Amino acid sequence: MDSGGGFTDLLQFIFMGLQRGSIYALVAMGFNIIYNATGIINFAQGEFVVLGGLMMVTLTMGFTFSIPFAFLITVLFVMAVGILMERFTINPVKNPTVLRLIIITIAVSIILEGSAMILWGKESHYMRHFSSDETFEILGATILPQTLWIIGILILIVIGFMLFFNFTMTGKCMRACAINRDAARLMGINDRKMVMLSFALSAGIGAVAGIIITPIIQMDFGRGTMLAIKGFGTAVVGGLGNSLGGLVAGILLGVIEALGAGYISSHYMDAIALLILLIVLFIRPSGIFGSSEASKLKEF
Amino acid sequence: MKRRFLCAAVSVVVLLLASNLYAEPKEYRVGAFFSVTGKFASLLGEPERNSVKMIEQQINDAGGINGHKLVLFVEDTQGDNTRAVNAVKKLVKKNKVCAIVGPSRSGSSMAALKEAQKAEIPMISCAASEKIVMPAAERKWIFKTPQKDSDAVRRIYDHMTKNGIKDIGIISGTTGFGNAGRNQLKLIAGEYGIKIVADETYGPSDTDMTAQLVKIRNAGAKAVVNWSIVPAQSIVPKNMRQLKMTIQLYQSHGFGNVKYAKAAGVAAEGIIFPAGRLLAVNTLSDDNPQKALLLDYKTKYEAKYNETASTFGGHAYDAIWLVINALKEVGDDPAKIRDHIEKARFVGTGGIFQFSAEDHNGLDKTAFEMITVKNGEFVVLED
Repeated sequence: MDSGGGFTDLLQFIFMGLQRGSIYALVAMGFNIIYNATGIINFAQGEFVVLGGLMMVTLTMGFTFSIPFAFLITVLFVMAVGILMERFTINPVKNPTVLRLIIITIAVSIILEGSAMILWGKESHYMRHFSSDETFEILGATILPQTLWIIGILILIVIGFMLFFNFTMTGKCMRACAINRDAARLMGINDRKMVMLSFALSAGIGAVAGIIITPIIQMDFGRGTMLAIKGFGTAVVGGLGNSLGGLVAGILLGVIEALGAGYISSHYMDAIALLILLIVLFIRPSGIFGSSEASKLKEF
Repeated sequence: MKRRFLCAAVSVVVLLLASNLYAEPKEYRVGAFFSVTGKFASLLGEPERNSVKMIEQQINDAGGINGHKLVLFVEDTQGDNTRAVNAVKKLVKKNKVCAIVGPSRSGSSMAALKEAQKAEIPMISCAASEKIVMPAAERKWIFKTPQKDSDAVRRIYDHMTKNGIKDIGIISGTTGFGNAGRNQLKLIAGEYGIKIVADETYGPSDTDMTAQLVKIRNAGAKAVVNWSIVPAQSIVPKNMRQLKMTIQLYQSHGFGNVKYAKAAGVAAEGIIFPAGRLLAVNTLSDDNPQKALLLDYKTKYEAKYNETASTFGGHAYDAIWLVINALKEVGDDPAKIRDHIEKARFVGTGGIFQFSAEDHNGLDKTAFEMITVKNGEFVVLED
């Protein structure tokens, strides 16, 4: 096998980076939605991804449902989990300080992880690819159809959310809550309902992320933490609460990691990601796309 | 009235004493501690716990060890080193065990072995790292049953040498298992005149290793060794297929779970890796001395727990049987058990053990069989 030459290698690394980055971006978007509505970081975000992946495995491999149908059911299921989480753990808190709520989300993440372990067992589960797992070539570099699915679904979700937040009343209400909750409440927006909705949406996004990566990485109950750490880092780099920032930062991190692995050394792949995180925090603590004025107004 | 009461009291005391005298022979207490729950190693700890529990029941149903009931105290380390140390303390001080089996992970073993040494209780680890029993002179009370990483490396290098492969690329997971294997691969390569032209790693949650594999390909490697225990390892064969790399892929014994092969699908076909014989017991020749025992363990385990028997459970099986055999011969004095194990010769699931004062593992590279993937199943490699 001849080595494909400089350009082909570069393209190969970029494909790898896009795939990694898309996942970071999806997890980061989940963090951002809840952060915008409540000002907290939902540490159970990684568990939403895990639940999505595991549920999808059960439906497609166990019940042999078709992929679109299983996709829908899985997303609805995880959204329901997100709503239940909000109703039973976030909503009843009498004095919801940021710290208190964050600790609650950590507790929920432990509970969800444990439940996933009991329900699905400890081994990792695999799932067939959406379409064929035969690769095809683009300019000499190879790519899996599943990677295209991942990138395509990410793009659809970003477009969907942009339409939702800019052109629907509910979306605008959520943004209003994010900007100023008290003012939004005075305008007659039911802010508690918006918080619930934000949990549903971010659980839904988490589920989608889980569904589309499971054919590639397999899924087990303990995956959530690592996914959440990378996604959280991405959200911070992009500017907490900034969805577009999360998207760009995710892709950027993924590609830089892949290039680092390809041209420097894979031993330093995680170190490179952390280095970028540190540099961003030193130079622009509010993230690449975050506004420093806005972040001063936030508690966290 | 008073006299009758006195009489009754005396007779009660006498009865109590007598019942003590004629009580069953005292029970043999053995401790076990595994990573039964926990994020990283419950896949190891659960079959280990199941295996020792199964044998406890088997022994007691058959009347115990020389009439002594076997009582097993099982602790869960959750894969955590501190919990492992505490478990040893509890087993020794509270449960008064005469020997300890476990733990599952190398790190926990290294942490716990100091306690076992201090308490002078034999501990038979089910973890991979060779450091647990090396040097044997400083590890008087410590033994281990899993095969050595270095022997797995030697089997792979033997196979490469036979096929004229000199330049190789290695790729390993960044976990304890991956690191240990990576070090051994680098350490032993010189012995075989093998050159490592590329040395790459990946994290347990990575989704794609094409960049690493492109580097290995561009370095001119004639074979790849993938050393890891996490599910992410099945992405490597898939990525190799994606990149249309046709060089031989070797895996470590960490690939010894048929689910990993299933997950890699067609890409797994033809992978070669060293592993204990349990994985391919059905394709072993009938005159293999381990075959009957392996089949027995596999069928009993699978009937009882309704899950595929794994080599990890096998390590615990070997460890508990070492203790039981010693108990049969020398009773429950910890020092005598230790001395007995140090001289033991024993056919187990991991191989044919021959312990000695210098070797507290008792296995050599013949404990591994080279296995390949054929139609999604593990079969013994014929060469």
